[in-house]
This record gives sequence, structure tokens and C-alpha cells, in this order.
Amino acid sequence: MKPVVRVCDRPLLLLDENIDTDQIIPARFLRKPRTGGYQHFLLHDARFELDGTPRPDSPIPHDQPARRILLAGRNFGCGSSREGGVYAVVDYGIQVVISTAIADIFRGNAIRNGLLPIVLAQEQFTALVNHARQAPDAELEVDLEAMSLGYPGQPRQTFDIDAGSRHRLLNGLDDIGETLARRSEIDQFASRRRQSLPWIFPRQT
Amino acid sequence: MPNAPRTLFDKIWDEHRIASEDGFDLIWVDRHFVHEGSFHAFGKLDVSGHRVAHPELTFGIADHYVPSSRDGLEHDKEAAGMIRQLEDNALRHQLTYFGLDSTERGIVHVAAPEEGLTQPGLVIVCGDSHTSTHGAFGAIAMGIGASEVAHVLATQTLWQRRPNTMRIILSGRLDDCVTAKDLALYVINQIGTAGATGHAVEYAGEAVTALSMEARMTLCNMTIEAGARVGMVAPDATLLEWMRRTPRAPQGADWERAVAYWQSLCTDVGATFDREITLDATQVKPRVTWGTSPEQSVAIDESLPPAHDESLKTARSYMGLEECERLTGLAVDQVFIGSCTNSRLGDLREAARVLAGKRVKVPTLVVAGSNRVKTEAEAEGLAAVFLDAGARWGESGCSMCVAMNGDSVAPGLRCASTSNRNFPGRQGPGARTHLMSPAMAAAAALAGRIVDVRQSTREVAE
Ligand code: SF4
Repeated sequence: MKPVVRVCDRPLLLLDENIDTDQIIPARFLRKPRTGGYQHFLLHDARFELDGTPRPDSPIPHDQPARRILLAGRNFGCGSSREGGVYAVVDYGIQVVISTAIADIFRGNAIRNGLLPIVLAQEQFTALVNHARQAPDAELEVDLEAMSLGYPGQPRQTFDIDAGSRHRLLNGLDDIGETLARRSEIDQFASRRRQSLPWIFPRQT
Repeated sequence: MPNAPRTLFDKIWDEHRIASEDGFDLIWVDRHFVHEGSFHAFGKLDVSGHRVAHPELTFGIADHYVPSSRDGLEHDKEAAGMIRQLEDNALRHQLTYFGLDSTERGIVHVAAPEEGLTQPGLVIVCGDSHTSTHGAFGAIAMGIGASEVAHVLATQTLWQRRPNTMRIILSGRLDDCVTAKDLALYVINQIGTAGATGHAVEYAGEAVTALSMEARMTLCNMTIEAGARVGMVAPDATLLEWMRRTPRAPQGADWERAVAYWQSLCTDVGATFDREITLDATQVKPRVTWGTSPEQSVAIDESLPPAHDESLKTARSYMGLEECERLTGLAVDQVFIGSCTNSRLGDLREAARVLAGKRVKVPTLVVAGSNRVKTEAEAEGLAAVFLDAGARWGESGCSMCVAMNGDSVAPGLRCASTSNRNFPGRQGPGARTHLMSPAMAAAAALAGRIVDVRQSTREVAE
């Protein structure tokens, strides 16, 4: 996974509340292998008619190049745990999603796929949206190292992110490798558990 | 403070914590369920060359892609391939795999609790957000993404941020004809779909302890629709009764030890939650969703809220309800009774009670949550009631809850459904979903319209 450090782009605006993962990627695409990329599935049914023709009311303009920063309405990514939702966002090219609330499972999936989730207070968020509307060509800069974001010529805002998520994103970490380095600690834990609560381990049938 | 009072959640979490770093805890996973969607995770494992650390703790169950008619697999080669891929992955890694027709197979969240694989005090995970269902047994059960599934396969552990705790007290008793589904829709309506984000919820109060295990599962199942990954209920006598009957319950001396342990799993007096709310369960009436989010529901005799902002207007227009003032009398095109929320034996009994001796007016599909429920429903005569009423009785699985296995709602059609999500496109592109309880869905099937089940049963009695 690619580390996220500094991202700069004109943001994409998807301001509806509760954009759930069924909308982000309709279920019928989940069986597709990742190799072909998931970008086409992002918000598929809002972007395309059932016969594949582009919809005039698409939330993402068809002639617009992909954007790297997304400003999303409250409770983005709610619903199904499908990681395909994050694949679609990431394969489309988005590296940062900013909202006033991001669903828990989506957030967990995001940090494991190099997508930086940022939650801002309503006031800060509204200010960004307003600026993006007034100056659509201005580039928003997000700096994970410094935990700050802002438009050129505007005061920079800081944002909060927990140390663990920041560490994973900055380093593009593979958790499995790190965890396996603790294998003996885990094994000891498992055998203590097996001793004190033996029935928990299923009988082999 | 070694003896400081702790919540149920804290007790189980602390017992599973192996290490902590950077605000993340490394926790041990007791049970891991994998369904067809886990192919991404197995793929990751193969690429990195890792093996499954504890194959005995992971169980493979096909549910999402299983068609409700067996010849569906002939028509949908891709779906059949998804199921075969799960089987291959499970066998290759020596996991326990429950074959399509085995008694143990069904929707993971229906089948595992019946099998006794779901037990109090465990940490249970699955790559499915409705894993919260298993919290009804006093377990920490949560949905995870594919990367986390791969991590659990390779290490039997997970790095997680410890959620905050929240207690939802539901005081008083539910009225007759009011079910756990109505209660769940009420709670979500009150706190909102992001109302419990970042929290692990414990349900308590008289209305909760009075619920059957099946009803508790319905309540915990829908917790994710309020934003929380975890919903739980403390173990009690109702739970012991359920556990005793499951095939994989602890036996002999283990049973006695397990019960003693389970009884310690409760929130201590004086323990504090990060948040606590109390709702009056006596106020709850049969509810139906009108919009495209589970929070958008009304009591059946209430009028719809005014569409005072853009998002409410969008929801109304998607649902084709621009001019509609109340849901009573609204014609439906079809009815679905099933899904991990409402496809257990108790749910089917509720639906059958309404349907008995009558004929449905619109196409109605009833799908048991598991093969075991299906067999029991057939033995008990419930299946005959559905068939006599003119409904279709399908093979167990997720079916029309999610449009990925052949069952779906056509664009623009309106479905009365006992499932859990009314998102745009959830039951198929352009499908319009109204969530409700099994009894309400059955009443809608008979009338061809959304009706108040309390009235329709009363009319019958008169
Ligand atoms: S029944 Fe529906 S909600 Fe439940 S696991 Fe299946 S698809 Fe998911």
C-alpha cells in the first residue's frame, strides 16, 4: 500500500448525507477481481444508467479528471462492511476523504488501503466547502505529517487523527508482517486462554 | 483500581487484549466466519504467502450468493463460482466448511448462533457489518473489512481502536404486536444512523430482558444501522436456555464452568458508560421506513415528516412519495420476508400467524435464514401456511436483502421487506424498500398495501 504524506488537489464534492457503501459500490460488482481496477464502479448507479450510458445528473461530472481529495457529507461510508467501497474510492484516485462523520468500518478499511479519513467539526467543514465553491480552481493541501490542511493564502487548520492510523498511513504498513513479529506473545496468550476457558476452542468434529 | 466496576464490554475487551500500541489494541479473536466475499482476503494471503494461523477457529459459510432456487446456480455461473471459490479456499486452508445443503449452513448470523458457535464472552468477527447480531449472546461481535479478514486469518488477532461505550436503556414493556424490529427502527429513528458511531452499545432495561434470544438478535443486528459496530445484551436465563439446546454447547463439566463464567459477564453496578440514553419502549408502535435510510421511519399511524431539506426531498423522490402524507394504504408490488434480521423460526411464526388461511395479493417470497430453520419451519407446518397462502418458499440465504444472488426488486417497484437496509439500490437498481417487521410484511402481502397489522388482525378476530 502506498504511503499518504502530502496530497494537493481541487476537491471533489459529494455532500449528500449517509452515502452508504451500497451506493459507493453496488453489490453486483463485488464479485469482480481487483485486477481490472474498481474505479468504474464508484457510485456506479448514480453515474451511469443501467445500460451503461452516462447519467446527466451524475454526482461526478463525466468530463472531469479524477480528484484526489473528497469532501463528503455526514456519515460517509455507512452500511455494509464491503472493502470494495474503499477500493472503488482509492482506484478512482482519491487519497483523502474529509467529512463531519465517517462510518467506523469504512474508516478502518480506509487506513488499511492508503485512504486518509479526516473528520472535521461542522464549522471547519463548511468553510472548506464554501471555499471550494467560490474558488473551484484552488487546490486544497492536506499534510498528514503536520496534521494540517488548508487553501493557499488561507489560515491553515489542524486536524486530529489517532497515532496508530497516522503511523499506518504514513508508512504504508502491512499490519500482518508487524503482527507476526509478535507471534510468541500471541501463542502464549492463546495457550493461557485454552487453559482457563477450554470450552471456547471448538471440539474438532 | 483492580476492582473498579466495569461494563460488560470492558470485561470482554480487557480479557482479549494482547498488546497495545499507538492507541490501538491487539485483540485475540475466538471465532471468525468467512463467506463468499472473503475472496479478496484469501487472495491477499496467497500473495503474501501467509498461512491460516488457527484454521480450527474459522468457519466457512456461503450465504450472500446462494440463490433461493437451486436452479439459480445453473443460470448464474459467476455466483456459483463465488461459492466454489469459498469452498476451495476453506478446504485448502483446512477451515471447517458447511456445504450448501448441510444443516449447519445458512446466513452466518442465523446459522452460527443456532449451531452454538456463537457463545458469551467471545470476540467474534466476520467480513460483514451485521456481525453485530452475535452480540445478543453477550459477545463482542463486529464486522470487519477484507484487509482485517486477511489479518485475522494470518494471525487470529486484530488491531483495533477501543470504542467508547454507550448504554441504551429501553424501559417498560413492548405492546402486543410490537416486535424487536419495531424497537430497533425506533431506536435508530431516535438517535440517527450515525448516532452511535465510534461506540459499542449495550442494550439494557425491562423491554430488552423480556425479549427472546431471536428478538435480541434482531435488535443487535440493526445496531450497525445506528452507526455502532457492536451491540450487546448481557447473558441471562433466556440465553442459557438457548445455549443448552445448541449442538455445539459446552458439555458436562465444561457446561458448568461455562455457565459460571457467563454469569460473570454483566455490567457491574456503578460502572460508567461514555454515553447513556433511556427510551420508553411502551411508546413504540409498529414502524415502517418511508425513506432511503433506516433512520427514516414512522409509526404506522403517523404522518410522514415534512420534506424540509434537500436530502429529505431526494429520499422522498427516490421512493416516489413526493405527495404522500402517510404510508397506510400505499400499494406495494411485492413482499420479502427473510434476511439476517428477520428469518429465524420466531419471525416465520409471526408471519405465518398473519397469513394462515388467507391468500397474498402480491408476489411474496419467504426465505428461512438457515437450512435448520427451513427444516424446522417445514416440520412445524409454517412452510405449508406460506405455500397455501400463495407465497414462494425459498432455499435459505441472504436472498432479496441484497441484490447479488438472483433475487432482486425491479427498478421503480415497491417492496415491503423485513431486511435491514432501505438504501437506494440495495434490493436492486431503482428498487424502493420499506423496512418493517415480519407480521407487518405479512399483512402487507395480504392487503397488497402497507397496513397496520394490529388493525388487520383485529378485523379477522371480529
Ligand atoms: S441477510 Fe442481508 S444484511 Fe444479512 S448478511 Fe445477508 S446480505 Fe447482509
